[in-house]
Amino acid sequence: MSKQRTAAIVNGDPVEFLSDPGQTLLDVLRDELHLTGSKEGCGSGDCGACSVIMDGRLVCSCLVLAAEVEGCRVETIEGLSTGSTLHPLQQKFLDHAALQCGFCTPGILMASKALLDANPDPTESEARYWLAGNLCRCTGYDKIIKAVLDAAAELRQDRKSA
Amino acid sequence: MNKPVKPDDTGAILKVVGTRPIRPDGVEKVTGRAAYGADLHLPGMLIGKVKRSPHAHARIVSIDTRKALALPGVKAVMTSADMPDLAAEHYEAGESASNLKDLSANVMARGKVLYHGHAIAAVAATSNAIADQALDLIEIVYETLPHVIDVEEAMAEGAPILHDQMFTAGLSETPTKASNIATKHRLDRGDLAAGFASADVIVETRYSSAAVHQGYIEPHACVASFAADGQTQVWSSSQGHFVIRGLCAKLLKLRFSDVRVIPAEIGGGFGGKTTVYLEPLALVLSQKSGHPVKMVMTREEVFRATGPTSASVVTVKMGAKSDGTITAAQVDLKFQAGAFAGSPVGAAVMTSLACYDVANFEITGWDVVTNSPKVAAYRAPGAPNAALGVECAVDELAEKLGMDPMVFREKNAVRNGVRAPYGPVYKNIGYVETLEAIKSHPHMSIPLGPNQGRGIAAGFWFNIGGESTVNVSINEDGTAIVSTGSPDIGGSRASMAMMAAEVLGIGVEQVRPIVADTASIGFSTVTGGSRTTFATGMAVVQAAEKLVIDLKRRAAETWGVEIDQVVWQDGAAHCLQAEKAPKGALTLAALAGSAGKTGGPIATVVALNAQGAGPGFGVHVCDVEVDPETGHVTVLRYTAAQDVGKAIHPAYVEGQIQGGVAQGIGWALNEEYVFSTGGVMENAGFLDYRVPVASDLPMIDAIMVEVPNPAHPYGAKGVGEVPIVPPLAALAIAVRHATGVRMHDLPLSPSKIRAAIDANAR
Repeated sequence: MSKQRTAAIVNGDPVEFLSDPGQTLLDVLRDELHLTGSKEGCGSGDCGACSVIMDGRLVCSCLVLAAEVEGCRVETIEGLSTGSTLHPLQQKFLDHAALQCGFCTPGILMASKALLDANPDPTESEARYWLAGNLCRCTGYDKIIKAVLDAAAELRQDRKSA
Repeated sequence: MNKPVKPDDTGAILKVVGTRPIRPDGVEKVTGRAAYGADLHLPGMLIGKVKRSPHAHARIVSIDTRKALALPGVKAVMTSADMPDLAAEHYEAGESASNLKDLSANVMARGKVLYHGHAIAAVAATSNAIADQALDLIEIVYETLPHVIDVEEAMAEGAPILHDQMFTAGLSETPTKASNIATKHRLDRGDLAAGFASADVIVETRYSSAAVHQGYIEPHACVASFAADGQTQVWSSSQGHFVIRGLCAKLLKLRFSDVRVIPAEIGGGFGGKTTVYLEPLALVLSQKSGHPVKMVMTREEVFRATGPTSASVVTVKMGAKSDGTITAAQVDLKFQAGAFAGSPVGAAVMTSLACYDVANFEITGWDVVTNSPKVAAYRAPGAPNAALGVECAVDELAEKLGMDPMVFREKNAVRNGVRAPYGPVYKNIGYVETLEAIKSHPHMSIPLGPNQGRGIAAGFWFNIGGESTVNVSINEDGTAIVSTGSPDIGGSRASMAMMAAEVLGIGVEQVRPIVADTASIGFSTVTGGSRTTFATGMAVVQAAEKLVIDLKRRAAETWGVEIDQVVWQDGAAHCLQAEKAPKGALTLAALAGSAGKTGGPIATVVALNAQGAGPGFGVHVCDVEVDPETGHVTVLRYTAAQDVGKAIHPAYVEGQIQGGVAQGIGWALNEEYVFSTGGVMENAGFLDYRVPVASDLPMIDAIMVEVPNPAHPYGAKGVGEVPIVPPLAALAIAVRHATGVRMHDLPLSPSKIRAAIDANAR
């Protein structure tokens, strides 16, 4: 079967790639574009380690066919910081020791960004339910939730003073 | 507040240890740059995949790989015929010993397949799709055999026998019939009958738990490259790259020096990544094909063919006098080992009564093979299963006596000077302090509402020391490199850097910690057994101390004074004879910059086998609410206290406690291997094997009790394993108090709870 050509915007940059009809966005990100920050923990949309933002919507990139991103804007962990300045979520994850092995971290950061983009002032419960699709086996989520709420507070403050 | 001081006679004030700096590998991990096992790509690399058994138990009649090998793009096919047929030989690897013959037959089936998912062949091809096609072209003829998965059924007379040559070890008489019971373990003391005779109250009870998986989010992954000259490199995510090297070399009869294992970042292990599955296969495929080979498991393969830990049945008989003194305890532990001998029942035997000072006891353990994946270590292996039975029995006994279970535990608690059930006399333990931390915690006085219950349970783990090698070198600008052979699975780079910084008297940001590959540093056993901060940390401190002596010597030579006239403070040498040092102190940077004139590079190595690991105790309290309509359990609040010796980086110590608790909650409430009647795991994915998600859990309050371990320079004890020990019992007890029903079989799923409530109401 012949490969399909797809053009998209990934982390603000135009990209083009060829993919087999069965290849997922995650396969292309990792194997073709060498953006290995998005992880495969299950390949079935259950763990969230491959979470990316596609046209503003949080998706599991393992459940999106590569060809589906034609013309879309895709945000991955590699685009979260601005140059060498970390996004407040990244900084708060470090400050709160909200990661241990770090494997789920890219997906959780992208899911958290999607949360704060949609809801700048989530309650603890809202954050927990939003992140229920992102498994972490190391932390018990305690410090992750604290980091997300703290980042939300900082982002609100930044917006106020801006 | 008192300043933290070193727990020795110097009373030195600590500046780095006990603080919460950002971990040195943090930025890589929040930006997606950290490279895990599946992230490496080499030129010419092939994809390796495994053909797995569709049967739970079958004899392999024939394997025909010709069609697979003929498929364009397929570069190699292998079976167990491509691996040496090894004799039984034990290989020590940290917490767990492996029988090499069994391990070889586990990574690639030989003669029989022993569980659904057992590897039987592997291919290497130029793409995923071709590798998948090739697997389908391998023709295997099986003669299916009856199978057995339940541990008690496997022990029963007439059960299908997995291994014709397995005769139960540990019996008083040598058996003549093959059995699925690999070993009977026994530990006893005192006079059991007299102990029960003197009891006023006796409980007899039985608790079971299902097999659960470690559930690391990163599936097993490696890349292997076998060069034409026999030199090999393996990139692999594991808890111990030296053990990966040793096992690959032994299984394939290679020279250790020819196997270089480079540690990738590891995406969770919890004990499950202390052995090999893919690495030997990737090496064989690489040798046969002449290309590097990458192998990555799917989540389904992880469930079907790696881990889990044992399903278990624990029966406990325990007696006490009316004043609450336990007089006797009899514990029987039946553990599922999976396809090959080697469940953690030995550790379960040793830990089961470790919190209690009991004069008369008898503990029996049964290691039983079953047609399920060979179990692997999982965080305090064996101890949670045992604690489920013992802690629930303790709660039942306290209830029968009409005593507060906390008071009952205090009355029978082990203290310093008491001989542990498993042998040694306890020293510097903090169990009573940990009980007190929970007893006086505000959690205990929060009132409970209807359908709510509170459960308390204790737990123990030995913690270990073991072999570690550390290099510390000072760079030309006075910064430092700390190299260890201990993979960082939860923040150990941070604690290593902190301990080195503390000794050298410099900022933690001036120390770069790295995990070196097997060709770049001396042997270090696995990161497991809660040993790394203790044992590798001890080596780091000793190495840094050696460097401080060397630095003082260099300063003394520079000033022309005796070394005892030099003190090391705040990262600089200070001369006690001020007139000899007119320019003042010599900083680490100054000494490093002139190292060529004072003896050359400043570097040292310490290789040790750390002794004196301090045992850890935890006490947990949790509150639950049970919905009487659905049987669903909500964990309302959870507080876990633990004696950690000394928290080097308190945030990562809390993280270990919180993570262990979360896994324990999953084990108690949701997680289990569900097998079909055909012996097929029916829930081999994260949708149906449900680990706790963020919305399932409350905040987990981690209380660090610090009773220092004098064997460690800063008093550290291992912390990672204890926190998974109490939750199973704590949850079961909380559910009992919420519902009035004692639940004896984990997981405490809504349907089981609902059925128990209904039965109780009738």
